[in-house]
Amino acid sequence: MYVAVKGGGRAISAAHAWLDETRRGDPALPELSVAQIEQQMGLAVDRVMAEGSCHDRFLAALAIKQAKGDLIEAAFLLRAYRTTLVRFGASEPVETSAMRLRRRISATYKDLPGGQVLGPTFDYTHRLLDFALAAEGETRAAAPEAPAPVGAVPRVTEMLAREGLMQREATDDAEPGDLTRQPLAFPAARPVRLQNLARGDEGFLLALGYSTQRGYGNAHPFVGEIRVGHVSVEFTPPELGFPIDIGDIAVTECQMVNQFKGSRTEPAQFTRGYGLVFGHGERRAMAMALVDRSLRAEELGEDATAPAQDPEFVLYHSDNIEATGFVEHLKLPHYVDFQSELENLRTIRRSAVAAEGARAGIAEAAE
Amino acid sequence: MTQHTPHPTSDPLGERRAWMAVLARAGADEIAALLPTLPPHERLRAPETGLVMVRGRAGGDGAPFNLGEMTVTRCAVRLGDAVGHAYVAGRDKRQAELAALVDAALQDPARHDALMAAVIAPLSAAQQAARAAEARRAAATRVEFFTMATMR
Repeated sequence: MYVAVKGGGRAISAAHAWLDETRRGDPALPELSVAQIEQQMGLAVDRVMAEGSCHDRFLAALAIKQAKGDLIEAAFLLRAYRTTLVRFGASEPVETSAMRLRRRISATYKDLPGGQVLGPTFDYTHRLLDFALAAEGETRAAAPEAPAPVGAVPRVTEMLAREGLMQREATDDAEPGDLTRQPLAFPAARPVRLQNLARGDEGFLLALGYSTQRGYGNAHPFVGEIRVGHVSVEFTPPELGFPIDIGDIAVTECQMVNQFKGSRTEPAQFTRGYGLVFGHGERRAMAMALVDRSLRAEELGEDATAPAQDPEFVLYHSDNIEATGFVEHLKLPHYVDFQSELENLRTIRRSAVAAEGARAGIAEAAE
Repeated sequence: MTQHTPHPTSDPLGERRAWMAVLARAGADEIAALLPTLPPHERLRAPETGLVMVRGRAGGDGAPFNLGEMTVTRCAVRLGDAVGHAYVAGRDKRQAELAALVDAALQDPARHDALMAAVIAPLSAAQQAARAAEARRAAATRVEFFTMATMR
């Protein structure tokens, strides 16, 4: 319970003025522009778009600047901003098989149609601090180019499915549940779970995914495929009645391949865990795919014993904006609550002392 | 390379979809720089920024799910008898209005061919060149397993 507390107004405005000053830092240094953040802190922008659940690079960069680089605060700002905008409708499902690829790798096949394309990756870097970056104004050589092949880049999951070794996805085109419109309810269907995970906290998803690898959930995953690139978004405006291409968004997709021992109705085969996120967010897409698969335990008739297999535990705690709201609300004045706790504690103490005194009195009388 | 500029006069809807796709990816300044002077247009719907919920599919090819929203700006204008529409990613209201205006103008047979050549063709060529450059960079990072082939 909170009480109205007056008298903090002057302190609050002074605190916010100081916040603005600390955001700016040393005025002798040039101020960061939103465009610089958008271009040079690109992966932070991607994370804020994913967790803010709103694809707009400029807004995400502005939020990062305003939040002084606190990415959860930035995602919160973006989520708050989106509530001020009208919803025109929902897009056609994006076609990730037609993604214009910057990166595409598979850990299950060495030689596969379309090949292993590394793209702009941290993989195989030595993780040594590069002091050359501290010397500003340095120009680096342009990335090399090579003739681009024109062949198709089929999905690894499709290659396995054609052999009958990969479970096909259900292709029901029902209207998916939407967490921005209806609160989470259980049992949560897979589309709702995927929406929840796509905007979930990266650290939480990473830890849960890791737990499934370490034995809490018995997962034996392989990265069937990771794709990073751009997809076109198609939307059907009601006044036009046909789908139009409204532009590109950056996405990362991960297809995690997991074994499934089969059931009475289905033979032993591979099953999928799926990750799809805004921007270049490979760790996030992989963690999402691991958790998506572990949440399918019940559907696939597996024992659900681990935290990552518990839909309520996972889905109720994945959202860092809800989580930070509830954790940080503890900072707000709880003076009345605390007074009652204090009163309670004192009463317990008093009655304990009184009971002790009474017991002592009885013992004395008995002697 | 010709993926987004087909001229299938037998498929006017396909052609309109293609030019709308080009305009959705063109900056306001880029369109304005190429656009010839047009008579005044009437705003049927002033440029407005909102959201489109982007959907994906479970497993890439399964049931649809809501991935997250994106900002989109829309506008509708009338030019003569034609009504032009635009829905473009992002929050650039000037781009949306110019895209709607070009969409209207392109529906006028008297203006169509000249505008396709003056506006859509160069924008489309620039967009394809940028995509091709990115594809060449990706191709340079493609792994060639030359040693493994002899070990199989």
